[in-house]
Amino acid sequence: MSLRKLNLGTKALSWYSKCVAVLQKDLRLEFRTRYAYSSLIMFAVTTLVAISFSLAGGMTDTDIAAALLWIIFFFSAMTGVSRAFVLEEETGTAIALKMAADPAPVFLGKFLFNAALLMSMAFLVVPLYLVMFNLSVAIVGGFLLTVLLGVVGLAAAGTILSAIAAQSAVKGSLLTVLSLPIVLPLLIGATSATRTALSGSNPDSMAIYIAMLIFYNGSVLAASLLLFEYVWHE
Amino acid sequence: MSAVVVASFLYVPAIPGFGATGETARIIVYHVPAAWLAVLAYLVATIYSVAYLLSRDFGHDRRALVHAELGTVFCILATVTGAIWSRAAWGMYWNWDPRQTSIAVLLLIYAAYFVLRSTISDVARRARLSAVYAILAFVTVPFLVFVVPRTFPSLHPDLGADGSRVSAMSPEVLVVFVASLICFTGLYFWLQNIQIRLHDLEARRLLERRNTSWGS
Amino acid sequence: MCGGRSDGVANRIEVQGLGKAYNDRWLFRDLDIIIPDNSVMAVQGPNGSGKTTLLYILCGLVAASSGYINIVLEDREVTQAQKRMQLGLVSPELRLYEGLSAVENLEFFCAVRGLPFSLLRARELLEFVGLAKRGRDFVGNFSSGMKQRLKYACALWHRPHILVLDEPTSHLDEKGAQLVEQIILEQRRRGMVVLATNEPAEVKFGDQSLVLV
Repeated sequence: MSLRKLNLGTKALSWYSKCVAVLQKDLRLEFRTRYAYSSLIMFAVTTLVAISFSLAGGMTDTDIAAALLWIIFFFSAMTGVSRAFVLEEETGTAIALKMAADPAPVFLGKFLFNAALLMSMAFLVVPLYLVMFNLSVAIVGGFLLTVLLGVVGLAAAGTILSAIAAQSAVKGSLLTVLSLPIVLPLLIGATSATRTALSGSNPDSMAIYIAMLIFYNGSVLAASLLLFEYVWHE
Repeated sequence: MSAVVVASFLYVPAIPGFGATGETARIIVYHVPAAWLAVLAYLVATIYSVAYLLSRDFGHDRRALVHAELGTVFCILATVTGAIWSRAAWGMYWNWDPRQTSIAVLLLIYAAYFVLRSTISDVARRARLSAVYAILAFVTVPFLVFVVPRTFPSLHPDLGADGSRVSAMSPEVLVVFVASLICFTGLYFWLQNIQIRLHDLEARRLLERRNTSWGS
Repeated sequence: MCGGRSDGVANRIEVQGLGKAYNDRWLFRDLDIIIPDNSVMAVQGPNGSGKTTLLYILCGLVAASSGYINIVLEDREVTQAQKRMQLGLVSPELRLYEGLSAVENLEFFCAVRGLPFSLLRARELLEFVGLAKRGRDFVGNFSSGMKQRLKYACALWHRPHILVLDEPTSHLDEKGAQLVEQIILEQRRRGMVVLATNEPAEVKFGDQSLVLV
């Protein structure tokens, strides 16, 4: 093995361990305080209950049901994802972190944290959603994959955008404004895929939607990784 | 420049609209160039954003801002003309047709860009973060412009047919259309030239004010 | 970008034409200084004169409006990534993670810099700053003086060449002030210290003094 390969290897390894350090720290803090998770779950569940109550029973229109799911996910994500950086800025730990950490591991660590956060929210919300709206899923695999990809995409976009929003004067409320245009293609794709998965009609289009979601996630992640260092330090 | 713009306005009433969609089709002369410029402006703004991040020269940030401002204006124009046509041709102003969605999202991107800029007071930080946002949002634009319209069915005239739209236009309309395209582009360049000079002057004046207040 | 100076001194901080402006006002301008190795630079000035900003520009947290600060170590300009290993910052605005214990904080900042963690060293360091036996307590329960001491521990862990201290003895009692003096003198022996203060007791540590107005 050439020396150069060895160098790249150790660099990747150190990236990895730094990223894990950030992730572990956030998970530990979150586990102790449940700051983001509780507000996230509260928001999602309250919205679900409110909608379900006003519809008083089942939802026969899968179009609307699919859209509702992703509306709930989007706004819940906005509440939860902002914690990653806004909390650091507000409690003053951002300075210490910037002094110590390289941008790439910080982004990856925070992204993984947000992805984990949103996935655990989805884990709770999706069964509730299916039950409350009295829905049955036609294409189960596709449905689960859509939820997974959609939530990861929200985490990816949300992480870098909350880093940007955290440095502004208004912080949290800016995040939704910034996110909507960027996340809309994801929401459109996810809603359509969910609709197809719920109704089971036109199953071939599922593959196209999934492909679109994968492609979107990949682009946003790649772009975020490249751009994050410009957000992180001057 | 201004003479050319005026001339394009005189041309249009002289030529009647074509048969299938009627008089309303005339709007194509305004709608398409506006949309095209809205997207072009965003592309240029993104390029200047990249230039700023690499060079940290505030001139690039000013130019990105100018192009974004102009892009917004043309985007609003495109959205409104599109909605008018949509109403005339299909009976409703807005139906989330993929093309309509993409121009609306572009408008949202512009709006978010300006909101972001307004919330940051430090000049260097504002330039840096808005540049990052512009570039990030640009990454999602290909999805809207290419992927979404291909995946979802659309009523928008130029989709579903490959280039037949252009050739389907009668020669007179074609002439006016191309002329309008050129005029709009000319108008755009003229406006951005003025705006850039204005912003540069303002920046210089700010520097001078800064320097004199230091000396006293 | 090194300003063309090469008088053979391997470690130094070069400040050339440095200025910071906010909108239509310069905070400070045209600063030209060289901070040599093994010295302490004391930055003084009234509140709002830009002392903290100057320190933050040095750390790479804030951008300069004109000019530059170069940190030169072993005749090479230090990159932003290297700054993370070579600078240690203690400042009132810098806070540590209150939901973690003292040891967990140390462990985190060590891991995120890519350094191996040693519990033994952590204990030694905590004892040195006067926080012996408080390693497992949550920082949220610390007094402001204890938090300040922990900040020093975190700043010293990676043995940085340059210590950047903003109001070094704030929140500290007399024993704490003595600790700070000890740290500054030790750091001066091994590297450099840049501190910002208005306390005359702290200013006297400085070999050089810069007064901002």
